[in-house]
Amino acid sequence: MTVEDISWEIKTDYTRHLAKKKMREDKRKPFEYRKIELENGYIPNALGSTRVRLGKTEVIAGVSLVMGTPYPDKLNAGTLMTSVELTPIASPMFESGPPRPNAVEYARVVDRGIRESGTLDFEKLCVTEGEEVWMVILDLHVLDYNGNLFDAFALAAISALLNTKMPKYEDGKVIREETKGKLSVQKKPVECTFFKIGDMLMLDPSLGEDKALDARLTVATVGDRICAMQKGGNGSFTMKEIDELVDMSFKKSKELTKLL
Amino acid sequence: MGMKSDLKLIKNGKRLDGRKPDELRPITIKAGVLDNANGSAYLEWGGNKVIAGVYGPRECLPRHRSSPYKAYLTYRYNMAPFSVDDRKRPGPDRRSTEISKISAEALERVIEVEKFPNTMINVFVEVLQADAGTRCAALTAAAVAAADAGLPMRDLIVSCAAGKIDDTVVLDLGKKEDNFGQADVPIAILPHSEEIVLLQMDGDLTKEEFKEAIDMSVKAAKQIYELQKKALTERFKKGGGKE
Repeated sequence: MTVEDISWEIKTDYTRHLAKKKMREDKRKPFEYRKIELENGYIPNALGSTRVRLGKTEVIAGVSLVMGTPYPDKLNAGTLMTSVELTPIASPMFESGPPRPNAVEYARVVDRGIRESGTLDFEKLCVTEGEEVWMVILDLHVLDYNGNLFDAFALAAISALLNTKMPKYEDGKVIREETKGKLSVQKKPVECTFFKIGDMLMLDPSLGEDKALDARLTVATVGDRICAMQKGGNGSFTMKEIDELVDMSFKKSKELTKLL
Repeated sequence: MGMKSDLKLIKNGKRLDGRKPDELRPITIKAGVLDNANGSAYLEWGGNKVIAGVYGPRECLPRHRSSPYKAYLTYRYNMAPFSVDDRKRPGPDRRSTEISKISAEALERVIEVEKFPNTMINVFVEVLQADAGTRCAALTAAAVAAADAGLPMRDLIVSCAAGKIDDTVVLDLGKKEDNFGQADVPIAILPHSEEIVLLQMDGDLTKEEFKEAIDMSVKAAKQIYELQKKALTERFKKGGGKE
């Protein structure tokens, strides 16, 4: 155990102690988001980009479009690839190197929310069947980690996609300098991450809460439909709690969609 | 999910393999099938064949992962290269990394890791043949293997999936239903307390459909739990398990 581990343990005790009294360190209500700010087109070099601040958590999403070949089982469809980099600048807990399981989980949960909601019309991204399709590459970077990367990444991702310009494609060449219109985005899925400490259910974990939580539930919704879910943490939820959180996610998702 | 097709997945109330919407595929479980592992289980579920082995508690390596409060629990979900139609490149990929992570978290809820500080417990599951629903089969087998290893446990874990095909909520998706269906909801529960320790979902569901899917899986979990118990009692009867 390092000194850092021990100091986290003390902080975790405090967070759990507060939760028992239905309180949070930053005085938020149980189902209250921190302040959210979106800045679209933050990286002019990227075809689409958004910087999101969720409280003190800061992330950037960048979208690239590359011409590639389709998957053999879907010859008439473009592709989506989502990757997350937990850069060491963002937290003393992050190390450089190949993606760890938590980075993979973030990427896959954000990816599922977008893919399963039908946000992208993959058939429209096909240029020549079986040969040329657009590959949408979504890169998610964290600059400052202060809890709840799921929701920050998901919000940055959909916002960046909504603002992605389509490059021109002529005679087998992608001309990035000339764009024609925007990437066709059909829906606006958002993710809400809830967590449980003891018996207390809350939304949008801060860094301390991310460390102290027993169980976590991310719900991706679009309108009145659920499109992806992921439970994490080594605690559990009852069925009643999950029902309550799904209801709440429909409510809270409206707040997030308004920002887009 | 999501592959478009004109294939009808339900005809006259029956599914492609003749099952009713709330019917499981046949499952068989055998505990104590490996010699080296401290605990093991073999499970067949429809066309799935998985084998789970548990090692530990043993010395924790790497040392910095050890905790003075609990055993370090690892879970490795691995698909054999020959387990699927097109050869799977060996080694962990993003999908198996994610499955391993959430399955380890689920198991940590039942195995009393706090009884073995400074040690590690390793759970390995090999998918030998895959036929949709492998993460559920793997976790169900892993729970039996952990019990076979004699680890103190709060409960077993039963994992099962439900989903949606042709606008109908059904239990335990088969391969075609998984590829051409509209949603998939794998869950894992503790059979006694009905706590949910693993939950994923992808596709498109209304709130009501989601609830129906969960209820269906919870009901099925009770059936699977009986099979787990049977496998474990068989194992410790005279002549049960591997000699």
